[in-house]
Amino acid sequence: MTDLPAGVERRTFDGRERLATRGETVYGEPRDDDGWRAWDAGRSKLGAMFEYEMDTGLAGGESVLYLGAASGTTVSHVADFAGPTYAVEFAARPVRDLVGVAEARANLFPLLKDARKPETYAHVVESDLDCIVQDVATRGQATVANRNRQFLADDGRLLAAFKARSEDVVADPDEVFEGVLDELSEAYEILETTRLDRFHDDHLGVVARPR
Amino acid sequence: MTDRPAPESGWFADVDAETLEGSSAAVEAGTADAPADWPALAVESGFAADESDYYEKLRAATLDAARREVRERERADDKQLVHAVRAMDDAERTANELAERLAEWAGTLYDDAGVGIEGARELADSDPQTPLEERVVSFADRISGLADERDELRAFIEERAPAVAPNLAEMAGPVLAARLVALAGGLEPLAKKPSGTVQVLGAEDALFAHLKGRGSSPKHGIIYVHDYVRGTHPEHRGSAARAFAGKLSIAARIDHYSGEFKPEVHEELRERMETIRAREVGE
Repeated sequence: MTDLPAGVERRTFDGRERLATRGETVYGEPRDDDGWRAWDAGRSKLGAMFEYEMDTGLAGGESVLYLGAASGTTVSHVADFAGPTYAVEFAARPVRDLVGVAEARANLFPLLKDARKPETYAHVVESDLDCIVQDVATRGQATVANRNRQFLADDGRLLAAFKARSEDVVADPDEVFEGVLDELSEAYEILETTRLDRFHDDHLGVVARPR
Repeated sequence: MTDRPAPESGWFADVDAETLEGSSAAVEAGTADAPADWPALAVESGFAADESDYYEKLRAATLDAARREVRERERADDKQLVHAVRAMDDAERTANELAERLAEWAGTLYDDAGVGIEGARELADSDPQTPLEERVVSFADRISGLADERDELRAFIEERAPAVAPNLAEMAGPVLAARLVALAGGLEPLAKKPSGTVQVLGAEDALFAHLKGRGSSPKHGIIYVHDYVRGTHPEHRGSAARAFAGKLSIAARIDHYSGEFKPEVHEELRERMETIRAREVGE
């Protein structure tokens, strides 16, 4: 069994064992008396990657660039166990909520930026990061990952959830994923892929490291 | 005027280390070709005392920038989309009108003069031989330029609509989404309209004629251009338009009140449309 990073544990909520991190609640998730709050894998691709025991290489305390932070559901858990966490999201409305999440966390930096245009945040986000987490629901997900490769240390990790329907709503997901992985291989060596179907339909979890 | 930092410097290059004056503008508008070890550089330049001081300042700057930008974008974005889609329609209509005038004029001078915007584009590329032809070719060139502007506006709408209304844009396509927002007068008014109104947006003439007792009630307005309506057999088009409009209203509400992309709604609509389209004709 793959080890969870420090700061992520399996705790019991309502008699069920679930992933949890320690921090302020964000989306009405249950929180126990010790301050651990449940991490809902059904609402988080990264949570699902942990549930599938993918080898994320995370140990806790990493510097992270999170692409597609939305309103901060998953990135709040990441900031609970990671170090400096840069959260990029392009839609204004979710960033309003993301700001609220960041206000309760000292190591979370919200950026209202387009993940397809890293030059618009390269003056803020530092180089040699340990990890990029990507969950962007736009066409060209592999392009986004490749363009953001420059932020990652040589031994860093890309943890991405690719959504088949974002690329093509009608095509067979397997074919879509093949194309995505092909393109991703231009900048990354792919270490592990797993379908996240138990939690997210037609999503492929990918662990990769820079070439 | 804000001084943008040089491309190779970090967001803090021109920011006052004490007051953080100008920091949110620097985060918002700055750029760099590549990232660098900003925390170390900030300490080196004296902007921050140490790494944790740097992160505190970074946090204050990014929070401030995000708050301000959200406020600005939420206030302006759907209105800008409305202007863009109206400008696109005006550019298209005007280009077509001018192209008609051109076709009439050019037909008297050239045997092979084409019609429409394509004709204008061809003519714009030709070499005028006389002062008269110079006028005609210049006129054609303006039309071609106007058509280019229409294309640019469309590209802008296609890029911007998913940011303003992600669910609506996914469901209707970015241009139809922008048109619906424009017809309603904004995303908020669209979110507040009942789905029956959304169904006939753009068919106001037919609707009022019907209310005055002339004609049948319109089954669809602008949403007709979508394949879900137009591509459904006429007999089931009313059901398709009703189902589509219902989900479009939900999409507009999600976009206005939450702004998050919700894949479930789109899946539900796809299933519903499949059911409607699977019905036999003449049942």
